[in-house]
Amino acid sequence: MRVEPVVQVHGLVKRYGAKTAVDGLDLTAAPGITAVLGPNGAGKTSTVETCEGYRRPDAGTVRVLGLDPVRQAAELRPRIGVMLQSGGVYSGARADEMLRHVAKLHAEPLDVDALIERLGLGSCGRTTYRRLSGGQQQRLALAMAVVGRPELVFLDEPTAGLDPQARRATWDLVRDLRADGVSVILTTHYMDEAEQLADDVAIIDAGKVIAQGSPEELCRGGAENTLRFTGRPGLDIASLLKALPSDCAAAELTPGAYRVSGKVDPQLLATVTSWCAQHGVMPEKISVERHTLEDVFLELTGKELRG
Amino acid sequence: MSAGTEARPTSAGTYAPRPGAAPLPRMIATQAALETKMLLRNGEQLLLTVVIPTLLLVLFSAVDIVDTGSGKAVDFLAPGVLALAVMSTAFTGQAIATGFERRYGVLKRLGTSPLPRWGLMAAKTLSVLVTEVLQVVLLTVIAFSLGWSPQGSPLAVLLLLILGTAAFSGLGLLMAGTLKAEATLAAANLVFLLLLVGGGVIVPLDKFPDAAQSVLGLLPISALSDGLRDVLQHGAGMPWGDLGILAVWAVVGLGAAGKFFRWE
Repeated sequence: MRVEPVVQVHGLVKRYGAKTAVDGLDLTAAPGITAVLGPNGAGKTSTVETCEGYRRPDAGTVRVLGLDPVRQAAELRPRIGVMLQSGGVYSGARADEMLRHVAKLHAEPLDVDALIERLGLGSCGRTTYRRLSGGQQQRLALAMAVVGRPELVFLDEPTAGLDPQARRATWDLVRDLRADGVSVILTTHYMDEAEQLADDVAIIDAGKVIAQGSPEELCRGGAENTLRFTGRPGLDIASLLKALPSDCAAAELTPGAYRVSGKVDPQLLATVTSWCAQHGVMPEKISVERHTLEDVFLELTGKELRG
Repeated sequence: MSAGTEARPTSAGTYAPRPGAAPLPRMIATQAALETKMLLRNGEQLLLTVVIPTLLLVLFSAVDIVDTGSGKAVDFLAPGVLALAVMSTAFTGQAIATGFERRYGVLKRLGTSPLPRWGLMAAKTLSVLVTEVLQVVLLTVIAFSLGWSPQGSPLAVLLLLILGTAAFSGLGLLMAGTLKAEATLAAANLVFLLLLVGGGVIVPLDKFPDAAQSVLGLLPISALSDGLRDVLQHGAGMPWGDLGILAVWAVVGLGAAGKFFRWE
């Protein structure tokens, strides 16, 4: 069965003056949770805000739930929920007041009291928005995005700066949304967030999608795994390489710290340890690492994600 | 919806999509109610819209500081203070509030809600009108208690207030939608003060030099206070000249605001 994508972006270009923020970006998001991952300034927010109808593309086409976000905004708006990176609330409004307000703009909103309890916003009491903590402000923004029972929710950096407990609460809600058939597009620069939540990850750098797939696919494809061990400094790398399969690489990273990369399987581990035995080396701290999205990202872009 | 199942952390179907906009009149009404509530909760806004006009009315009626011409001081002052009340809400208050809503992403966030932009603007206007009704009631009661005896046709007064509101709203929104919030805050307060002094609110325009008078007379605040005074103090008919000036300001202000207003 062919599933209609919730978001289709083709050849999107978005410029701000001389600066090109989005540079011919293609992105298709299927129903489920799609994470848009990339460093600051990669074009994540520009892309998402174009999907939300805030920005007019300089070139390319954008379709959200099959609609043009600018021309068919009136039709699209009730069907999407939006969480901005910050702000969006009257500084003098209380959390429950603002949430009830947004609920009233929709035909069949969620039960506001239940949502307040679910996100722990009850403790905000009569405090006005400007005096809420950053975490409370973020949870309110999330609640505002989902209260109207949308089909598709856009979350821009939903857990940036949250403590671990609040992050998990946010993740749980996002998973519940998915389970109930709501699609989610989230931008993040947290690898673990993308790995934990997303069905599909699109890695963006310099205004383009440079890789897309499930977290497993991205970690498997292209990226190799790593075996590390320590021993005495100055081992004969050339001799080790001869023992290894031809597609493997080996290096002494710092004196006494060795890395073998390639297809790491039980056979390779055995080869390395027997080579060590032959050369009278006791390999210590031997470890096998599966590549993470972080490594994939580093390989693709040559950049650290956080920095 | 049963509240019992909603409250449980993992309840199947709670979030199942049921998208849809509320009926438009309900959206506009709820938006206007929230905006009015925000205004009434804001101390600085209340100072501007309620405390200052009330103080001016009471103070200058009781103490003979400015020469308000023949007749009771309150008959001269009440129309001017009503004009000031309109300016404080439609111009100063609306400019400052909208400027900060723009700055804090409120306008942006509401831009993706089901409420259309024109609906948001309609709600703002409705909120301004509700506030003005409260102001007019309050100031009228106070003026009567000070011995005010208004003349003229209520229709002319209503027309002046509405056109004045339109003129000041256009200028306030133009400022809020183009300047930074801090600049709007400073400029809106400054303009309020200058027009309070130079717009015939408590100081009669004929106290100024002739050359200044002809320019000051073209200001929206002067047209509004002069028109209200003609009708309420002197029992004049339709003040077409002042209505004309206000209409021009309204067209220019609202037109420019519509063209140059930026939502972010």
